[in-house]
Amino acid sequence: MSSKSVKLPIIAFPSTAELVPEPVGLVLVISSWNFPFGLSLEPLIGAIAAGNVVVIKPSELAPASAAVLAETIPSYLDNKAIKVIQGGPSVCQQLLQLKWDKIFFTGSAEVGRTVMAAAAKHLTPVIMELGGKCPAIVDSLSSSWDRQMAMKRIIGGKFGTCAGQACIGIDYILTEKKFAPILVEQIKVLMKNIFGENPVEAKSMARIVNKHHFLRLKQLLDDPLVKSSIVVGGSLDENHLFIEPTVLVDPPLNAPIMKEEIFGPLLPIITLDIIEESIDFIKDRPKPLTIYAFTKNRRLRQRLISETSSGSVTFNDTIVQYAADTMPFGGVGESGFGRYHGKFSFDAFTHEKAIANRNFLTDFWFRLPPWSDYKLQLFKSVYRFDYLSLLLITLGLKKSWS
Amino acid sequence: MGSKDAKKEEAFDAEAARSLVNDLRGRFASGKTKSCEWRVSQLKAMLKFTNEHEKDIIDALRSDLSKPMVESFITEIAMLKASCEFTLKGLKRWMMPEKVKTSITTFPSSAEIVPEPLGVVLVISAWNYPFLLALDPVIGAIAAGNAVVLKPSEIAPATSSLLAKLVGEYMDSSAVKVVEGAIPETSALLEQKWDKIFYTGNGKVGRIVLAAAARFLTPVALELGGKCPVFVDSDVNVKVMARRVIAGKWGLNNGQACVSADHIITTKDFAPKLIDALKVELEKFYGNDPLKSEDLSRIVNSNHFARLAKLLDDDKVSGKIVLGGQIESKDLKIAPTILLDVPEDSLIMNEEIFGPLLPVITVDRLEDSFRSYNLKEKPLAAYLFTNKKKLKEEFVRNVSAGGLLINDIGLHLANPHLPFGGVGESGMGSYHGKFSFDTFSHKKPVLYRSFGGDASARYPPYAPWKLKLLKALLDGSIFGIIRALLGW
Repeated sequence: MSSKSVKLPIIAFPSTAELVPEPVGLVLVISSWNFPFGLSLEPLIGAIAAGNVVVIKPSELAPASAAVLAETIPSYLDNKAIKVIQGGPSVCQQLLQLKWDKIFFTGSAEVGRTVMAAAAKHLTPVIMELGGKCPAIVDSLSSSWDRQMAMKRIIGGKFGTCAGQACIGIDYILTEKKFAPILVEQIKVLMKNIFGENPVEAKSMARIVNKHHFLRLKQLLDDPLVKSSIVVGGSLDENHLFIEPTVLVDPPLNAPIMKEEIFGPLLPIITLDIIEESIDFIKDRPKPLTIYAFTKNRRLRQRLISETSSGSVTFNDTIVQYAADTMPFGGVGESGFGRYHGKFSFDAFTHEKAIANRNFLTDFWFRLPPWSDYKLQLFKSVYRFDYLSLLLITLGLKKSWS
Repeated sequence: MGSKDAKKEEAFDAEAARSLVNDLRGRFASGKTKSCEWRVSQLKAMLKFTNEHEKDIIDALRSDLSKPMVESFITEIAMLKASCEFTLKGLKRWMMPEKVKTSITTFPSSAEIVPEPLGVVLVISAWNYPFLLALDPVIGAIAAGNAVVLKPSEIAPATSSLLAKLVGEYMDSSAVKVVEGAIPETSALLEQKWDKIFYTGNGKVGRIVLAAAARFLTPVALELGGKCPVFVDSDVNVKVMARRVIAGKWGLNNGQACVSADHIITTKDFAPKLIDALKVELEKFYGNDPLKSEDLSRIVNSNHFARLAKLLDDDKVSGKIVLGGQIESKDLKIAPTILLDVPEDSLIMNEEIFGPLLPVITVDRLEDSFRSYNLKEKPLAAYLFTNKKKLKEEFVRNVSAGGLLINDIGLHLANPHLPFGGVGESGMGSYHGKFSFDTFSHKKPVLYRSFGGDASARYPPYAPWKLKLLKALLDGSIFGIIRALLGW
């Protein structure tokens, strides 16, 4: 919260400058259903730290969580300055008619567009935390330890995060043709260890949030060419809204499962001739929130960082970057804009006010009219910080600035 | 598009805009604009044409705004060159990845933040500083490695066509383009998908830009304006204060500047002294017939001239004129005009003046006016003239604006270490110096993990002991971790 001193060129002496953080004012946080607590409270932390008044609109698709937030927040926090408003699209629409000083939105691009369009009417700045198809590049790892580690992390990062319903969850895998069978075998073995024979009973995986999304995911598998590419899982339980962890190898690239964000426990593996092709593959598609790469190849890592664009890049692991709060968390392009976590959350809800302080002592009389050539020459020296010329011209020893 | 050629010019419509953006995307994808060499070459080219065509630039500004030569040099040319040079000096450093600390939660790991360009960006600029406000954002866009389209304001046509010519001749026109035109051309451009849009202008068009950007979820920087107030305390060096107010009002394009002094707020007792000082200094600067002074810009066009004349039309307002008020519609000139205590609800006190009219509003106590100021739209800048430390502190604490400057007007934007931008109605985002580079960059965090350590506690099947361990890990508490591992 303390102000930052800013340096000045000598010519500006004696004056001072600093940056003073101040709250933007009234903030609206709209959060999504997949991590209803985290995604409501993490932005709230930033908004409060920056000194704002906040309204949270949790997702109506996670009603029990929304209700808990609505009950507990007013009883623990200052309920005159922090409010929770529950409701669906119509409530959201009404909130968006009003003028906010900042809107923080986590959710889908489709709703994001509506939020930003409403914000435009009031010139309200927004932060968009969206999603995308986050790829995981898996290089042909030779050590079996590395392979196990990688696959565990991938399984955790796909099926262990709200059954794949996470913005930074792995969407699909890119790997070399020759490595794919090894990968699939490894997955099969590990899946049994992790999820057991009956994942529904083991309660080790979340279910799909609602029928609408369940049917959406079911439809992704409907295409016969997609169905025939399933190598693990594939069973769906409509009563429990449960989908078995499912792995597919090379479904058609133009099928919806490879064009839209999956947001569910279906893991396509796309095979390439050589792993370097993954870079072009990713470049040809919208910028994702995160790119994962499991590789020890330094050159590949370098190329990936400099040739692709994404919200962030994580090597040899999944999801943990979310917990690293020295790193900003946010998207780019289709995956959103703005960032938060750690101090970045404070900054997200802060206006850094520039303050400059002059005094009455020194003055550049030559910046004032009436203009003349002499004044112009003096000025040319000043702006170049060419103090010697300034002196010489004043003393009449130098005519013009060349 | 600009000048009429011998061959038939096609209208720049949505189709042309789309094809333009596609070409630029292809160019960007080739990686050309990412190289440090390319960025440096473009910035050097900009410096070169600014130096070689200084006279043409001054002439264009004179044609568009009757801007005095020295003012053109100081406020446009010098500022742009300084910005270019500052950027060239810092660029290599700014492009380097920044190492970031990591915590025990992700141990063992290392991390860095890598700046990368956004892609293809659109810069739409304003008419009042048509040279500077067009190229200064472009400096940032190029420094960050983007391909750029610049749409200069058609209300300053001579500068617009000069920019098209110079950029076309000196810079890499496969990646840096100028599109001239008015509403149809701007609309065509806004229908396309950009990676960032940087707009300088007014709030009305700002909303249109933001709404167009919302369709593609394009991030936007808006540099707008506002009624920048000048609070004047009685215990100041009156002469110096008066000179600085004049320089910050009429010396800035005759009041047509986003950071110019819009109106003054001072105490009832001090007002007469202040107005007298202004009268004296104004005559020194512009002579006793300011309409004939060569050192004042004219009003940019008849629309704005009529707008300003209308502000004075109101009887309740024109009766409050204490100095000036002369207008010359043929040459679009309005003399420096000071008004005392116009009504709060008059038009002149409710929209950004953007011209040579300076209302002086009197209050009983200056401190009280800070707080009541909070209820208005936040301006781009707010100013205070005082020697009292406590007053300065209250001012900084209570008045919100893009930037605050104490004891002078407008100068803060010459400091490249201060971000320049608005808040609320005065805009969003900021630039100048390294902030320009940042505004056109994506700072990409990269986390390196090894295959070494791993906590099986992360994975299902879940169990209470795993929860304990994870809690300890996330708390970063080593003691807690040991306890959890030992099963306590």
